[in-house]
Order: sequence, then structure tokens, then C-alpha cells
Amino acid sequence: MADTIIQVSHLSKVYKNEAMETVALSDVSFHVHKGEFVAIMGPSGSGKSTLMHILGALDLPTSGEYILDGENVEKLSADKLAEIRNKKIGFVFQAFNLLPRTTALKNVMLPMVYAGVSKEERVKKAKKYLEMIGLGDRMDHTSSQLSGGQQQRVAIARALVMNPALLLADEPTGNIASVQAEEVMAIFQQLNNEGHTIVMITHEPDIAEHAKRIIYVRDGKITGDSHDHRQRIAAKK
Amino acid sequence: MEFSETFASAFEALSLNKLRTALATLGVVIGIGAVIALVSLGQSGQKAVQSQIQSLGSNLITVIPGAQTTGAVRQAAGGNTTLTFDDAKAILVSPQVTSVANVSAELSRRAQVTAGRNNTNTQILGATPAYPEVRKLTMSSGSFFTQRDVDSASKVAVVGPQVVSDLFGEGSNPVGQTIRINRLSFSVIGVTTSKGGTGFLNQDDIVFIPITTAQKQLFGVTYIGSISVEAKSEKQINQARDEVGYLLLSRHRISDPASADFSIFSQEDVLGAANQITSTFTALLSGIAAISLLVGGIGIMNIMLVTVTERTREIGLRKALGAKKRWIISQFLTESVLLTFVGGILGMILGTGLSFIISQFIKLPFSISFSSIALAVGVSGGIGILFGWYPAQKAAHLSPIEALRYE
Repeated sequence: MADTIIQVSHLSKVYKNEAMETVALSDVSFHVHKGEFVAIMGPSGSGKSTLMHILGALDLPTSGEYILDGENVEKLSADKLAEIRNKKIGFVFQAFNLLPRTTALKNVMLPMVYAGVSKEERVKKAKKYLEMIGLGDRMDHTSSQLSGGQQQRVAIARALVMNPALLLADEPTGNIASVQAEEVMAIFQQLNNEGHTIVMITHEPDIAEHAKRIIYVRDGKITGDSHDHRQRIAAKK
Repeated sequence: MEFSETFASAFEALSLNKLRTALATLGVVIGIGAVIALVSLGQSGQKAVQSQIQSLGSNLITVIPGAQTTGAVRQAAGGNTTLTFDDAKAILVSPQVTSVANVSAELSRRAQVTAGRNNTNTQILGATPAYPEVRKLTMSSGSFFTQRDVDSASKVAVVGPQVVSDLFGEGSNPVGQTIRINRLSFSVIGVTTSKGGTGFLNQDDIVFIPITTAQKQLFGVTYIGSISVEAKSEKQINQARDEVGYLLLSRHRISDPASADFSIFSQEDVLGAANQITSTFTALLSGIAAISLLVGGIGIMNIMLVTVTERTREIGLRKALGAKKRWIISQFLTESVLLTFVGGILGMILGTGLSFIISQFIKLPFSISFSSIALAVGVSGGIGILFGWYPAQKAAHLSPIEALRYE
């Protein structure tokens, strides 16, 4: 299908150490189409972080297939994965992960540095996205001079600047006050309305509410997948 | 990813912790500084020794008694009595010897010299009138003794400036006064010009007397200590060496040159030996300095490892955003090379300054070679790569997940 962004089939991940094997994911399959806003929900230890790492091309599955935007990801080299992350995925982390002592503008420019974009182009694009996210007047502020919500907005601008096929958010509101969390979620919804595909990992039901579809994960398996609000509310209870 | 980008980011990272950067650099500064200073001082010393040896006379070859072999059958030191004054005279007059300009026979001992209440232990050198010519010796007052003094074994003496100041006080003119060597009275007829030199090479602490006087009256011997031969030109040194050698062999009735009872060496041999000694010392000192450079390098490696650990999260983030291994490696290598390179340049300035000050202090000619500077800069860059390599590799191979999780 042309508009399938994520195609995951029979994905498993097993962590091994000397003593034991831990199955983090077993036989997970699902699709995400272009323009979807999916929340992946589950308690801690459910395997949702492992899933997010594999979806983010930060880690490789033990077995199974993962096609991201038409490209098979499961057997690539570390450098090729870096390229995939750079071009196709925009990350938004719980802890923002901005470079310390570095201005908002430079933070947003960073992915373009690795993509080899020219300096003028980098500055132009980074400014455009910071203005879009409402931080046009804070470009020269370093991360310590910004509030949590503002830092996360800088991170969103950074995630968008390479125009990725997938926006991958890991507990994006976990570290910020609830008022600002609403602002951040509003931005996600607006981005989704503009056509961006978003996958968000969370354990908070009211944050997951903002998504159009929720995938429930428990013990390394998908236990529910709903496009339906009533079903979602029922599952919550 | 342009180089300017990498460089700017490395510079920024290093300027964040200035004290640590300065201390890490200091190790390299000291190492490179020590190497440059010691190599430069070694070269200065070598030059000084060379010029002193050359000041002993040019185109000079020296004949000393004793076998050339250093093997098991070498004669005892007391047997070194094989050269005679007649040997020296023969070299000058023999028709076989064409390349020799001048010959000086010498016999040297140490003895106690007194003048009035003062006394000194100095070198007594029995010589011929050819000595000043052969050894480039000039007189500051009076004159050197003549052939007549030698023929009649008269008791006259020419003294060096050091002896003058020891016996008569500095600046006084002893010409016409009397000195006593081993209870024999000698009248002073001249003072030599100072040639400088210290220790072994002090050419001012010396008393010259006619060689015949030294042999017959002072020491009671029939042999001489050495013969100095001046070749007509630099090109004829080897020819002179051969001619003198064959003449002495035939005079001593020795057919096999391998069993000669004398040795001949030229200025070049002495220079070569001296160079070998000074080079060995220079190499030894540089080796010690190089160890401090190694320690400096290990310091750099230590700091880079700390930096990599501290910036684990940053590395993880950069990798998540698409930085390839190559980029992470070049980022950290640029930092370590920048550290050592700046250290190398500062060390070069320090080493040059230090060797300048020391050479002024101990009165050596100051010399700094371009090659040692190039070496220092190259080595400091190389140390950056060598000791930055492991930390950079460590950073590049961090798993992005582990790195992002790192607290």
C-alpha cells in the first residue's frame, strides 16, 4: 500500500544475558498509514519502549520484519540506521534532550548538519520551524533559559525540520506541567491535521485521548487496537 | 559535514571547561617543551664542542704511542714510550713525507708550580717552537721560546692566562719573573692569549717549556708524549696520515701495520668521537623528555575518556538525530588533536624560550633547528590522534539507546 508508513510483521525482541533470556516483544504485527495519530499505551515493562526503539530505528528486532516508508529496516548497519533516523524519523523525547548551553536555533539546526544541508539553508529552515512553533522570539535562548514546555516545543521543531515521514514521541508530556502539556498536545493535533503521521508512546490515558487510534501493549504483545472512542473509554475502565 | 563545523563544535566543547582544558594541555606543553629545549641544548653543546676542538688547530693529525688495537695483547700503559723526538724531526725532514706543513713534538705531565708564596697544580707541556703555529696559539705578551732554547734545553717558560692569575694575580704581567717547577727555576718569557674552554679542554691552565728541558731536566725521560702534525691542506690530511704512518713504521722496523706501536688519529676522528658522545647524551635526554610527552598524552586520553562519559547523553542524542560513527569519531578526534596541537605550539614556545635562557646562562651558542620544531608540532598532532583514538572509538560505538538512557 502506497500510503503505509509503518508495516510491522511478526516482530520479536529477545534480550539475552548470561543467565536468562527476556522476551520484550513477541510476534507483534500492525500497520500505520500516512496521516494517522497513534498512541501506544501500556504499563511500564510492557515492551512499549522496546517497540518505540525499534520503530525509531534505534534498535533492531531479533526477528520479524519492519518496513518504514517503503524501506526494510530490520537488517541495516549502524550507519545506515543513522541515515534512516536522520531522514525519515523526527524524535520527541520525554527529557527533551536538547544540547545544553546551545541556542534553540542551533538545536533545531542539528539534524540538518548531519544531512549536509548548507548553512544558509539550515538557518532559514530552523527559523521557519521555530516561528511556526511559536518561539520566533526565543531563538537565541539556550535550553536552561526556556521552560519545560518551551524546550519541548524546540524539540518538536527539531523533529520536524527534516520533514520526516514519521514523528515519534516518547512520553512527550512526561516532564512538563499539565497546562503546558495541553499546549504540546495541541501542537501534535495540529501537526496531525496538517498531514503528519505521529506515533506517541505514553502510559497516561488522558494524553493518549488526543490520538485517533490507540494500540495497547502488555507483556510484549498487542492486546488491543482501537480506532473507536467508546471502545477506548471502555478499556480504560 | 564540513570541517569548519567539526572544528567549531570541538572548540566550543573545549572552551566550556577552560581549567580542565588548560590542565590537559599543560602535560603536552611540558612534554613538547622539554623535548625541544633538550634537543636544542644538545645541539648547542655539540656545536660548542666542535668549535673548541677545531680551535685546537686545523688540518691536524696526532700521533700517540701505543698500539692501535684494543684487543687482548695491548701493551701496558707504562710501555707507551715508543715515540722519540727524532721521530718528530724525521717527519719534518723526510723526503717521503710531502704533505706535512709543520710538526710539533709534545710531552705533557702535571706538576706543582710555585711563584713566591703561590702555587698551583697545572699541566706542564714540553713543546717545540712549532707549537704555536700548529695549535693556533697566539701570545698576549712576551714571546714563545725559540729553537735555540730547545737545542740548549734552557729553563724558560711560557704560561697560560689561568696560570698567571693563579700565581701572580689577575691582570699582572709575569714576563721576566721566575717560577719554580719541581724545584727547578724557570724564567717566564711569555704569556699566551686566552683560548677559553673548561675542564678537559681548558687551554689556559698550562705552562709551556722547551721539550728538551722537559725530557732531560724535569722528568728524566727519553721519549715524547705525542706528535702533532699539520697537513698542508684539508685535502691532504689522509695523505699525511699515510705518509707519517709508513715513515714511523719503517723507523720502528715494523712490517705489519696491524702491529704498529703508535696510533694516528685526525681532528675528524676526535670530532667524530665527540659528536658521538654528545649525540648519545642528546638522545638520552630527549628520551627522558619523550617520556614526559608520553605521560602528557596519557593525560589527554584520560580527559577524553572523562569527556566521552560525561557527554554520553549528548552522543546518544546526536546518534538518534542521524550522526554516523565517522562523525562522532571526527568530533572527538578533532577535540583531542586541537588540545595536543595547541599544547605543541605552546610547548614549542616554552622549549625555545627555555633553551634560549639556559644557553645564555651557561654561555653556549643558541641554536634551534627547524626540524625539531616540525617534529614537535607533528608529534603533538600525532599524540592527539593516538591517544584520542580509543576515546573517540568508544564514543562512536555507544548504543544510542544506552546513551540516551544514561543519567
